[in-house]
Amino acid sequence: MTAELIHRLHFAFTITFHYLFPQLTMGLALLIVVLKSVALKTGSEQWDRAARFWGRIFGINFVFGVVTGIPMEFEFGTNWARFSQLSGGVIGQPLAMEGVFSFFLESAFLGLFLYGENRISKLMHWFSAVMIFVGSWVSGFFIIVTDAWMQHPVAYDRLPNGQFEVLSFWQLLFNPWALLQYCHNMMGAVVTGSFVMSAVGAFYLLEGHRAHSARIFLKVGVIAGLASSILIIFPTGDLAGKYVAHHQPITIAGMEGLFKTEAGAGMVLIGQPNPDTGQIDNPIVVNDLLSFLIYGTTKAEVKGLDQFPRDQWPTALPLLFYAYHIMAGLGTWFVFLMFVSAFLLWRRRLYHSRWALWALLLSFPLPYIANTAGWMTAELGRQPWLIYGLLRTSEGYSSTVSASNGLFTLLGFMGLYALLGLLFTVLIYREISHGPEPKAKVPEITHAA
Amino acid sequence: MGFIWFWLVAIMIVAYVVLDGFDLGVGVLHLFLVRTETERRTTLASIGPVWDGNEVWLLAGGGTLYFAFPLLYASAFSGFYLPLMIVLWLLVLRGVSLELRNHVDVGVWRALLDGVFGLASALLTIFFGAALANVLRGVPLADDGFFFLPLWTNWHPGPQPGILDWYTVIGGVVALVALTLHGALWIILKTSGDLADRASRMVKPLCVQLIALTVISLGATIHVRPACMDNYFNYPFTFIIPVGVVASLAAIWVFNRKGQPLKAFLSSCLYLFFMLAGACWGLYPTLLPASTGAERDITLARAISGPHTLAVGLAWWAVGMTLAVGYVVFVYAKFKGKVDLASPGH
Repeated sequence: MTAELIHRLHFAFTITFHYLFPQLTMGLALLIVVLKSVALKTGSEQWDRAARFWGRIFGINFVFGVVTGIPMEFEFGTNWARFSQLSGGVIGQPLAMEGVFSFFLESAFLGLFLYGENRISKLMHWFSAVMIFVGSWVSGFFIIVTDAWMQHPVAYDRLPNGQFEVLSFWQLLFNPWALLQYCHNMMGAVVTGSFVMSAVGAFYLLEGHRAHSARIFLKVGVIAGLASSILIIFPTGDLAGKYVAHHQPITIAGMEGLFKTEAGAGMVLIGQPNPDTGQIDNPIVVNDLLSFLIYGTTKAEVKGLDQFPRDQWPTALPLLFYAYHIMAGLGTWFVFLMFVSAFLLWRRRLYHSRWALWALLLSFPLPYIANTAGWMTAELGRQPWLIYGLLRTSEGYSSTVSASNGLFTLLGFMGLYALLGLLFTVLIYREISHGPEPKAKVPEITHAA
Repeated sequence: MGFIWFWLVAIMIVAYVVLDGFDLGVGVLHLFLVRTETERRTTLASIGPVWDGNEVWLLAGGGTLYFAFPLLYASAFSGFYLPLMIVLWLLVLRGVSLELRNHVDVGVWRALLDGVFGLASALLTIFFGAALANVLRGVPLADDGFFFLPLWTNWHPGPQPGILDWYTVIGGVVALVALTLHGALWIILKTSGDLADRASRMVKPLCVQLIALTVISLGATIHVRPACMDNYFNYPFTFIIPVGVVASLAAIWVFNRKGQPLKAFLSSCLYLFFMLAGACWGLYPTLLPASTGAERDITLARAISGPHTLAVGLAWWAVGMTLAVGYVVFVYAKFKGKVDLASPGH
């Protein structure tokens, strides 16, 4: 295994595991604000209890997000030193901004939200929830800005020594790529949050207890789930896709498995791309659909991979194709499931439709898969570039860190994260089993002034 | 601009050491200071709402270092690859074990989590001290400004050293003792009764050890890097820094004896500040010295980002840090006073 591959796997593994947590953090942060707002407005203890329950899940999830997130900032330097040396002046900025603008805010108000409910007013507690929401969503924004600059570099100049330099703060921050990707990504996070909340509600109802809490979870989860499932496709996914097609046409060709340039290009629903023969094996195709989705007309010409030199093709073409199709396929299922569930909710039949509750319960892992597949689409699609069109991945990894040392620490992370995954599952399972009822066993810790 | 950014990054590192330092120290100390579950919960509750925010200084400081000095960030992080990865694993284990013990009610698992938390805290203090010592000693930089250090070679700070040699181990021990003392003073400040008394009795021996170690580390540093004294002799008024080190150590001792825990704790903050400021001043304007010849040093001028980057950075940094300091003050004010375990049933 080459050093380049090891460093790529190192980052891919740690970032994939990490992002299992923030997507729920960001999604739940919004839903907790909803719960707290209803509780504040109606004074309902049930909604407050629901907010506290999800606050506990949030707290555990947040910790795992923090501890798996710290390695990410380090890995830019440890594993991607040549890239960092050249681009640090640009992408170091949004990464530092995340710490300065978002993490301080989040950590301050999370402490208050989780530990301080009995020493602040109800309004202040609601405000803490809002600040956690703002902090986590701002944090996501800076990470997207970082990635967007690598996908679509803007507002930069190169110094004589080859380093990149920022020319405009606002252009860096409001990179069009970042805005589109951000909206799409945040809707993905809300999908995860809503599906998890709905699944816990469905679980309680199927179990036949905690009906009141379960109905709150389902109501909030399904309504937010329907809204976010639609928004993630239209307009955010649609616009992001068109932007990619415009600025990275080769990426779209790879995602869709379009080997040959076509007018009236069809969309492959299922199949296996074969880079050697330049064909899709066992394809199921909808004629003209791809041309229509990108250009709004069925006759438009879509550039295939044959238009580009081989050394610019995405390096893991089949994986890119599968990742994109898994994301899109699951996205379609989300809309369908949430549409049916919302219809049943409206007709007051959801709480008794066991088949729908089962479907909601069993679907909770799917948004995690879809979000991961979506990010794989974005990052594999960018290959072989680290900074699109400017710096190749092969020029960016730490040349002083050997493949052997990289493998050593990759294995270390795999072992550690296996342990974390186990621990997380056990803890969340315990919280869900215990449910939203107040805990009274252990004496509460207070901070007497 | 270079001068400003050098000290901005330095201040963020100092803030990290002073703040996360006490919760690291509490982690080390709770292993052998507390006797009952209640005491343990009290001790951990004293850092519960703040440790995460304290650690943010590491990320914010690292991020600032990243864009202000990309070459230094890239060179140091890839060169110190192995110890940094170990630090990351320790940070992961420490955060998880501290935060999750409250969600676990089985004694055996709690004991395990407490052990992991204490051990990870101790190892982190040692690694951080050794890291600073590595920077002071210098690393085998190549012409392109990169290097790679094994964990150890022959334990001597020569031209091809390892991460650990006799000098950097001293640095690690100084950090362990200094932060354990720092943690003890925090516990005295935030708790009461028997627990605070026992912590108070530990201050004296820790102080004695720290005085001895401070003197030894100072001598060793001058031995390993004689050039670190140049700035002091060129600007004699800066001898105020070592004077500050001695004075703050004495103040810890005196205020603890007088039973003024806040002043003792603040003196310890000052001690850490003076030690780190002294190291920074000893290096300036070098950021990472080369053991392979001074012409290969990574200097401020060589590592600093371009002027546009720094101008953009300074604008948002000033706004952001003002906000950040506001949150920090707000949180510490909200959780001020001593931690008490109060049962709602009583």
